[in-house]
Amino acid sequence: MASSTDSNVKGENSQVSYKKYINTKTDRVLQSKKHANDIFDVIEYLQSEKDKEVIFATNACSKVFCQLFYRGDLYVGDLPEEEDLVNGDRSAEEKYRIFMRHRYSNCVELLLENIGHKAFQVKETSLCALMKFVAAEGKHPLQNLDEHYNFPRELLQTLVEHLLSEKEDMSLLISRFQEFLEMDDVRYYVMSSVRDNIYRVMGRNKKAVIPVYQNNVFTLLSTINVPSEASKMKHFLVRQDCKFEHKRAFEQMWLVFLKFKLPSNMYKKILVILHESIMPQMSDPTLLIDFLSAAYDIGGAISLLSLNGLFILIHKHNLDYPDFYKKLYSLLDPSIFHVKYRARFFHLVNIFLSSTHLPAYLVAAFVKRFARLSLTAPPTSLLILLPFICNLIRRHPSCRVLIHRPSTAEEPCDDPYVMEEEDPAQCHALESSLWEIKTLQKHYHPDVAKAAMKINEPLTEQEDDISELLELSTFELMERELKAERKTIPLEFDTATELLKSSREVLGVHFSLE
Amino acid sequence: MMRKQQTFSRGLSDKVRKSKAAPEIQKNPFEVKINRKKFDVLGRKSKHDVGLPGVSRSRAIQKRKDTLLKEFRLKDKNNTFIDRRFGEYDSKLTPEEKILQRFTLERQRTQDRKDMYNLNEEEELTHYGQSLAEMEKMTDVIDSDSDSEEKGLLSAELTATHFGGGGGLLRKKSAGDEEEEHKPRSRQELIEELIFKSKQEKRERQTQKEEAQELTEKLDQEWKSIQNLLAHKTPKAERTDETDKPKLDQYDMMVRELGFEMKAQPSEKLKSAEELAREERQRLQTLEADRLKRMMGDAEEDAVQTNTHVSADDMNDGFILDGDDRKTLAYKDGKWNIEGEEEEKEDEDGDEEGGEEEDEDDEDDAEGEDDEEEEGEDDEEDDADEDHCDLQSDEGSEDEDGQGAEEEQLCAEEPPAVSEEQKKAAQEAARAELPYTFPAPESYSDLKQLLQGHGSEQQRLILDRTLKCNHPSLSAGNKAKLQKLFGFLLEYVGDLATQNPPDLRTVSALIPQICGLCQMFPEAACKAVQTLLSDSGHSMEETLEVKGRAPMPDLDMLVLLKITALLFPSSDFRHPVTTPAFLFLSQALTRCAVVSLEDVCKGLVLCCLALEYVSLSQRIFPELLNFLLGLLHLTVSDKHNMGTAVCVCVCDLHREILDAIPEKPSQHAPLVFKKKKPIPLKLFTPKIVLDYGKKRGNTKEEKERERLKHKYKREFKGALREIRKDTRFLAREKLSDVMSRDAERKRKVKELYGSLATQEGEWKALKRKNRK
Repeated sequence: MASSTDSNVKGENSQVSYKKYINTKTDRVLQSKKHANDIFDVIEYLQSEKDKEVIFATNACSKVFCQLFYRGDLYVGDLPEEEDLVNGDRSAEEKYRIFMRHRYSNCVELLLENIGHKAFQVKETSLCALMKFVAAEGKHPLQNLDEHYNFPRELLQTLVEHLLSEKEDMSLLISRFQEFLEMDDVRYYVMSSVRDNIYRVMGRNKKAVIPVYQNNVFTLLSTINVPSEASKMKHFLVRQDCKFEHKRAFEQMWLVFLKFKLPSNMYKKILVILHESIMPQMSDPTLLIDFLSAAYDIGGAISLLSLNGLFILIHKHNLDYPDFYKKLYSLLDPSIFHVKYRARFFHLVNIFLSSTHLPAYLVAAFVKRFARLSLTAPPTSLLILLPFICNLIRRHPSCRVLIHRPSTAEEPCDDPYVMEEEDPAQCHALESSLWEIKTLQKHYHPDVAKAAMKINEPLTEQEDDISELLELSTFELMERELKAERKTIPLEFDTATELLKSSREVLGVHFSLE
Repeated sequence: MMRKQQTFSRGLSDKVRKSKAAPEIQKNPFEVKINRKKFDVLGRKSKHDVGLPGVSRSRAIQKRKDTLLKEFRLKDKNNTFIDRRFGEYDSKLTPEEKILQRFTLERQRTQDRKDMYNLNEEEELTHYGQSLAEMEKMTDVIDSDSDSEEKGLLSAELTATHFGGGGGLLRKKSAGDEEEEHKPRSRQELIEELIFKSKQEKRERQTQKEEAQELTEKLDQEWKSIQNLLAHKTPKAERTDETDKPKLDQYDMMVRELGFEMKAQPSEKLKSAEELAREERQRLQTLEADRLKRMMGDAEEDAVQTNTHVSADDMNDGFILDGDDRKTLAYKDGKWNIEGEEEEKEDEDGDEEGGEEEDEDDEDDAEGEDDEEEEGEDDEEDDADEDHCDLQSDEGSEDEDGQGAEEEQLCAEEPPAVSEEQKKAAQEAARAELPYTFPAPESYSDLKQLLQGHGSEQQRLILDRTLKCNHPSLSAGNKAKLQKLFGFLLEYVGDLATQNPPDLRTVSALIPQICGLCQMFPEAACKAVQTLLSDSGHSMEETLEVKGRAPMPDLDMLVLLKITALLFPSSDFRHPVTTPAFLFLSQALTRCAVVSLEDVCKGLVLCCLALEYVSLSQRIFPELLNFLLGLLHLTVSDKHNMGTAVCVCVCDLHREILDAIPEKPSQHAPLVFKKKKPIPLKLFTPKIVLDYGKKRGNTKEEKERERLKHKYKREFKGALREIRKDTRFLAREKLSDVMSRDAERKRKVKELYGSLATQEGEWKALKRKNRK
């Protein structure tokens, strides 16, 4: 009992003591140049085992060196070697500044190392301290370059290099870093350093996929937003007059990133944000065509997603994409009903097929294929699909033969449609009929059955709005059904006597109790 | 009397109406009023160009005086004076004759009276036929009975003559014809005789009564003398009364009981078995028809055409001519089916316990099924219309599968159906142990306490008794209690299913009670099942959103879905419970991940449920096909590891399936819109209306109606006018009455004053005279 309290007390003592210790040391360093050597002790703490001590020391370091920057106590210009310092014939003042400059670079190195630390708090404080140094260095440049260009690019580049780790997921720290990206100059230099970094890293890895690194890059890139007008740029970390070509930097950065091979989930991530946050900020989005067509060729969900970007290119940037519809046609398979991006896909397909200038055979092929796929679709998809098919037939009256072919004698014949054919021109869709929809008239869900009933009568002029149905989930459908008010509740009239004994038993035939 | 008066008054008014104004008046130019015509219309006859306002007014007043005024005078008077003076209103008789007649009548009457009422020679005053002189002598004895006795003894004849006949008699008299004079005489004689008789009777009775009186008095006196002796005996008499009373009561009670006892109602005649069967069939037919109607749903008209396979015969016997009936037959049939069941039970056993061998077995089975079903599906792609064929073939192969496996298994379980006697004995025992009444459980824990620790049969008994004790007809609060009980029961069933090992036998035993409760409270049952469905649907949705995949629903959910199918009709086009259940099934089949054999098994149970849900309505369930396809893909992926035995099995099934499927590939007729009546062209000729102005009735009836309406209106107006005139007339009469009364009064006062003045004058004159 006593011992434990002792240790507690000790712990507290040590806690208090290290704080006091660091504080006194920093004070002494700042007070007079005599105690310059005390800075070693402070820097030593940066390598401490204990997170709290590291954090405290980091803060102290940033305080000390910021103060030194302010005082101009750091050596400016190319730094001589430390060993030369002893021999050189320099004034004590100069020696002191060179010494401090060396300590500063030591400290920066340690802090950069700490960015890869285990504890997030350490990472965060290190990042903040480094950014403070960046700001301080911007104000009091350590190199004598031209006056307009005194942003500490090297420091930032190394910082970015450490942020974009190849081994560790840095998304949390990157989101913390986001607040610095609000500053326009920081953003600009980050963009250029990211570009260089990607080149370097991917070149080193011989263009193989590095998921962690690429994930980090993506997290960083997706946080970058370029303001639309240069005049709006007012936030600077370091006051500067020169103008940046933000858009160009942004574009180059992305293009470099997309040039290399990506993991498939990365494709999805990029494609989801591509049309909203990347394309509008690029000066020339057509440069993305390589990436998009590559993605489109991958197949599956990625192809579906790349449709969006492609559409924008075709629609707004006058891009000619050969066999677009043929490819789209081949994209249609049962999986489209189950992917996460179903709503987006149907929205796009609706747009693609909204033109009334499409040839009838093409639309008929799409309609027929959708109808065939509808035989395996869940009710939520069917509720989108059936009005969609009706809309297509409304837009293209020549496709009406699919649901109304009065001339021929009513004798059953084989379906001439060829499901396996990939070319919509060859699949004989126009000669077929939508018996699939007729089958769906006996679907178990009443709304689906009702929607399918519509083809029994001539379609109305007005198109159905499917945009509301796009996000419908099965549970929503269920809730809608549950909440509907009913007057009477019919019951099964022949009452059951046992669990597995009813007039239409199926379960009881295959399974039994116990 | 009233009638007489009415006829009288009517006659009077008729007379008044008919009397025409004298011709001299009509000629009098001062009386004549000529109505000026504004337009002279040719060919129109006008009745009212010349009028006699004065004459008509005076006539109207006269008429009112004769009718209305008389009624007014007699208002609020119950009695009426009937003037029976001889020949008073006879205008034919001259006054002299009248007086002569009256005189003779008077004379006769006095003559007769002497004979009639004078019993004694001298005049004597009587009261109730007794002389008043005698009455004065009698001091005591007022017999209370006598009045009533006498009343009762009045003969019908007498009363008739007294009350009914008198009027007629007298009227005849008043009508007075000399020739009929002798007839009343004979009648009078008769009456005399009658009266005489009655008087005699009365006298006799009087004397009898007097005797009786004397006797009672005597008896009273004697009684008083011996009263003292009897004084002590009275209590005993009372006691005997007491002992008598209960007996009487008992008897009364018995009588009353018998009286109030439920009498056998005159029921319909006892029905023969045939009739009963027919009735039952009829009931089922109507219910089935209802169900089919609901199955067609809102789009009934559309569906009629599409569901051509539902023939009229189907509607009648409630069977679908598909694979289903075969299945049900197989279930109800004899021995081998039960064995098959057992065998399956074995399989199931294996699943639940997770025994490895049996699991494998089951897996093989599942694979087999899958293969078959894949075949079915391949076909399905081309022809969805014939999906029942596939299903049938599935079942067929399933059965065979079962048979094949059955031979392998030697150990047979105890048959599930315990012999009747054993069952009875068990029930008897259970009855002996259990109390007969149970309170309705207020919470789920109550119910659990109530049921836990009992066997399934006992639990069923307990529930049964609870339901009986708390039947809603017994107390008002019971309904709510039982409604809650349904929810608890479902929860309990869910608990039983999630137990390890699950107690499904008990669940099965509780099914009848659940069904009964559901039949009693459909709304509450619906609510309860709905909440359970929506809860589990919600939780599944949440896990899907968080993880992207969800586990297969647990056994309790499967049991709930099964119970839903038992309670609610899954064939309805739209149903508040089964439609969400469908969606739940769909969700489970599409979104739930299959990671273990257990999941496969659950998925297959879900498939069976889905099949059961749509078996009657013959609907398409795409998710079912998708799921089975997915399972197939799963099995194909590790095809290399399959043993040869399995391969052989699969091949066999494959061949069987191929045999079952029709050779011909499916064909489809091209679709055509429903035939619709062509919409007529819009015509541009103007619409001409030939009838201008007010529309008259065209048909005879309408014309008649119009005429009657017009007439009624006129009559109504006339009546209103008449009534107004009547009231005016009455008011005038009342005023004149008042005036005349006042004048009379004034006159009288004046007279009095006058007389007083003369008195005074006389008195003063006398005074003056005296002074002088």
